[in-house]
Amino acid sequence: MSEPVKVAIIGSGPAGLSAASRAAQLGLTHILLEKTDHLSDTIFKYQKGKRVLATPERLDLRSDCRFAEGAREYILGNWDEDAANNKVQVAYHADVVEVTGEKGAFAIKTAKGDVFHAENIVLAIGTQGNPNRMRCEGADMPHIIYQVDDPEDFKDKHITVVGSGDAGIENALGVAEEALENTVTILNRSKDFARAKAKNVSDMMEAGENGFMSIRTETQPKKVEPGWLTLETPNGEERIQCDVIVARLGSVAPRGFVESMGIEFTGPDREAFPKLSPTFESTVPGIFVIGALAGYPLIKHCMNQGYDVVEFINGNAGLTPADEKDLAAIFADLPERKSVSEWLDYLRTRVSIFADVSPLQMREFMLDSKVAFYRKGDVVFEKGEPGSSLFAIADGFAEVEVGPDFTVPIEQGSIFGEVGLISGRKRGATIRAGEDSIFVEVSRTAALKLMAAVPGAKRAINRISLERQLLQIFKGGLTVEDLGPVVDTAEVERVPAGKVVLTEGEQGDDVYVIRSGSMVVEKDIGGKPIFLRYLPAGSFFGEMGVLSGQPRNATVKAAVGAELIKLTGESFRKMLAARPQVREATEAAVAERAAMNSFIESRKASYSSAVDLYSDTASFIMKEGLGEATDALLIDENLCVGCDNCEKACADSHEGLSRLDREAGKTFAHLHVPTSCRHCEHPHCMADCPPNVIHRGPDGEVFMEPGCIGCGNCMRNCPYGVIRMEAAPPPKPSLLRWLLTGFGPGPGEPSPKWTKKQLGDEKPKKIAVKCDMCKGIAGGPACVRACPTGAAIRVSPEEFLSIARLDEDTD
Amino acid sequence: MASLFQRRRNKATQVERVRERRHEGFLRYAGFRWAKISGGLCLLIIVSYALIDVTPRHNGGSWYGYTLGTIGAGLILWLTALGYRKRKMTSDHWSLKAWTSAHVYLGLSLIVVGTWHTGFQLGWNVHTLAWVLMMLVILSGLYGVIVYATLPAALSNNRDEMTQMQMLEAIRAFDRQLHSAAQPLTPEDTAPVLAALDEDPFAGGIGARLSGRYRNCATAAALRTLTLSRSSDTEAREKVVGLLKQKEAALARLRQHLRIRGLLEIWLYVHVPLTFALIAALSAHIISVFFYW
Repeated sequence: MSEPVKVAIIGSGPAGLSAASRAAQLGLTHILLEKTDHLSDTIFKYQKGKRVLATPERLDLRSDCRFAEGAREYILGNWDEDAANNKVQVAYHADVVEVTGEKGAFAIKTAKGDVFHAENIVLAIGTQGNPNRMRCEGADMPHIIYQVDDPEDFKDKHITVVGSGDAGIENALGVAEEALENTVTILNRSKDFARAKAKNVSDMMEAGENGFMSIRTETQPKKVEPGWLTLETPNGEERIQCDVIVARLGSVAPRGFVESMGIEFTGPDREAFPKLSPTFESTVPGIFVIGALAGYPLIKHCMNQGYDVVEFINGNAGLTPADEKDLAAIFADLPERKSVSEWLDYLRTRVSIFADVSPLQMREFMLDSKVAFYRKGDVVFEKGEPGSSLFAIADGFAEVEVGPDFTVPIEQGSIFGEVGLISGRKRGATIRAGEDSIFVEVSRTAALKLMAAVPGAKRAINRISLERQLLQIFKGGLTVEDLGPVVDTAEVERVPAGKVVLTEGEQGDDVYVIRSGSMVVEKDIGGKPIFLRYLPAGSFFGEMGVLSGQPRNATVKAAVGAELIKLTGESFRKMLAARPQVREATEAAVAERAAMNSFIESRKASYSSAVDLYSDTASFIMKEGLGEATDALLIDENLCVGCDNCEKACADSHEGLSRLDREAGKTFAHLHVPTSCRHCEHPHCMADCPPNVIHRGPDGEVFMEPGCIGCGNCMRNCPYGVIRMEAAPPPKPSLLRWLLTGFGPGPGEPSPKWTKKQLGDEKPKKIAVKCDMCKGIAGGPACVRACPTGAAIRVSPEEFLSIARLDEDTD
Repeated sequence: MASLFQRRRNKATQVERVRERRHEGFLRYAGFRWAKISGGLCLLIIVSYALIDVTPRHNGGSWYGYTLGTIGAGLILWLTALGYRKRKMTSDHWSLKAWTSAHVYLGLSLIVVGTWHTGFQLGWNVHTLAWVLMMLVILSGLYGVIVYATLPAALSNNRDEMTQMQMLEAIRAFDRQLHSAAQPLTPEDTAPVLAALDEDPFAGGIGARLSGRYRNCATAAALRTLTLSRSSDTEAREKVVGLLKQKEAALARLRQHLRIRGLLEIWLYVHVPLTFALIAALSAHIISVFFYW
């Protein structure tokens, strides 16, 4: 039984340590609970010498502990010193298992059975969770590791991987790389690898067959000794050589533990965070949540929050957060003078989608947003511009150019730009300020976070976007009121890639609008499905059935995972009946599509092989995932001589690293899809970037701005394997010098050997490297410019598969 | 019906895009623009040569000959610059395809420019040496154009979506499997298998590389020996024979790949050094002409 303290801090990472230091400086009684025997376990477990980056740079550090970019050892050393200088009270080996009581009298029980009493609790446990430990004899040996940071740290070693999930298999494959000359064994307690992805299992089996690793099933570790491991196998015990054990036995996610204290989360999905007040207080009074667990994965955020939360607990209500000056800068250019909190309140009360947003969330969103004042008539964005941000109207109104000399106003409090946000396609219309106005531009990432965290905002955005999409499709002549019944009965459907939505010959009158993703239209001609059309997001289909009452005349299926809006035929018909000019426009569109269909059918009769080739090529392109591409590199292998000048040009136009692999990838009818970025509509790489440095640029390119922390999430999330983790090589001698003397590497990426020789012992940080479509280079993409034969082309799927191609081919 | 598509194509941007979609190669670039320019140039020279009366007769030293000589020397230097252009990734707007197209057609026009410059006076001297070297460079370039136009499809068909590294990796994988599968064999059967394992897929020299015929292929030899051998356990031997057959197929693919790549590259080893020899001979030709003026 210990004396009650004012504040107990659970977790000694950057957030917890900073909080404890603040408490010590303020003279508050406190205790910092750490489950291991050292501070900041997550960073402690980083590989030796790993550089830790201090992003975001614009944010000031406010903490009693130091933090600047540096090697792991330097940072940990500083923190140990700071903790001692600040006289922080630390309890090591305090693995908290249970929290009971309420504000003013919490009881915190640890695994050892100690109980700590505290008036307030700061929860700073991060999101790593507790890895499950090995349980056999010798399980506390130091050569047992629970993560592999860099497989290249292991060379010529006997390595045993315990655990048969994806993490274990991926680690085993990593260290089993031939060049590392490791002897790798992977153990699985059961007979098959049911928990792992099929791809990983087949890669592992292949590595096993090729002798790169030995796979032992129904085997588990029995005893760990330095250099040796005793196994329990179906045929009895066996002792194998083993220098390193990698244990990947899963981990206990912290969410269950957090919920057991009574803390509520914003939603059931994995991305949800605890609900928090502006002072980081959770739904349980007296328990505060900060750091990665609160949704802030960057070290600097964490440390600032540690400082702030203790100030709040100490009753400092006047503290302005460290981001105050950044927010002030965002509002600085507006004509009126208001304080940051006044502006935040102003926006929250005037914009409908911000109504349910908490002040803390509002600060966060605004950091990723811009607020600007527009004079009457100023263009906000032009039709056809790429852009995925969302605009909200805080003051004034906006005018949408729906057609020539025809504008539709959008009133104050509403939003625009949501089509770009949802579909990732280019802007559908030009927008101007209708009078002197204030618009808020919310970045795509912030808008998606908003939709995930605030259900009310999500509903509002979805409804508005559907109405707008319909208005846009059916051009002028419709009003929001006309759409009411259609929108009320509309349903959003998610369809996986390849799923058939409409089947040729079936009866049906529902109309579909593609919200995101894309579709392909096929028709059975002569017993073979013939590709008719590629439908990008924002198009609609199924309207022929409504107008004619005939069965479906073609099959429509998803090219990639897509979201559709299903409108009932009845409500659609009523809408058309009410507005004859809309009916005419729709009939005209139907006639054009029908004309194209019959054109292809007529060609099929006379130029059967050309149509087949066109159709098969289209299917291949879709199978390669180009349905979600906006701009992809293709290579015509009838022309490619394999000189790799595209790769060399790529490397020489960027920091000496090529972002494309010409030779790799699939080929059909001499059309090759190399490994290179397709600039997806909804880039998978953007999904989880902690420093948020992946953006879509003005020409539609998906690029990375400086600030990558090298976590590798984007590389793992990219389904096309186009992102590399690599450090830029040192500068090469000039081209003329190479041409004249042959000294140094020539054009293209220098060999790893040369780079290594130049760098010596230095090991620069590897960061993500991807295609930026030669952003900022006046001549355009270097890969295409540098192709001597014209084999390399960059296209978007709708251009590439347009019917004009078939027309040309058969001319 | 066609009008629908006609309208779409009439837009200027659309035409540009259509051209891209058809992956117009370097020979067809911009509707054979450079073929037309260079053809026009040749025609102009041939016609004016016939029409212009130079006394006493056409030769390199007349005003007409100097004009052609200057054009030719300028062209040769500019054509040589392709090697630099190809490697210098400046950021301005240029297309290497357009450069290649111009290089090919203007290079061919040098046959007329150079030959008509001589006034058909050839002999055993440094001047004719420059002409001969020029013709050899053009000939090697012509070979290059032909292989560039015909071989890429074969290269693509042969590699069947595999990269060169994957082909090597496949061979190494068979080697590893052979290594363990050959353990039960008798020593006399093991020896040829070991020889096949030691074989370097790149060995064989330039002749083998370009012809695709590897006379001393250890894998083929091992396959022959083991098919005929009766000494080891049948099952083990058949397994090794099966693996050897697979390795042979993988080797054949790699060798065909290297052969086509070799054919696509070999001419550059003639074309480029001859170009430098040509520039040297050309310098000698020009200096001597001015020296003996």
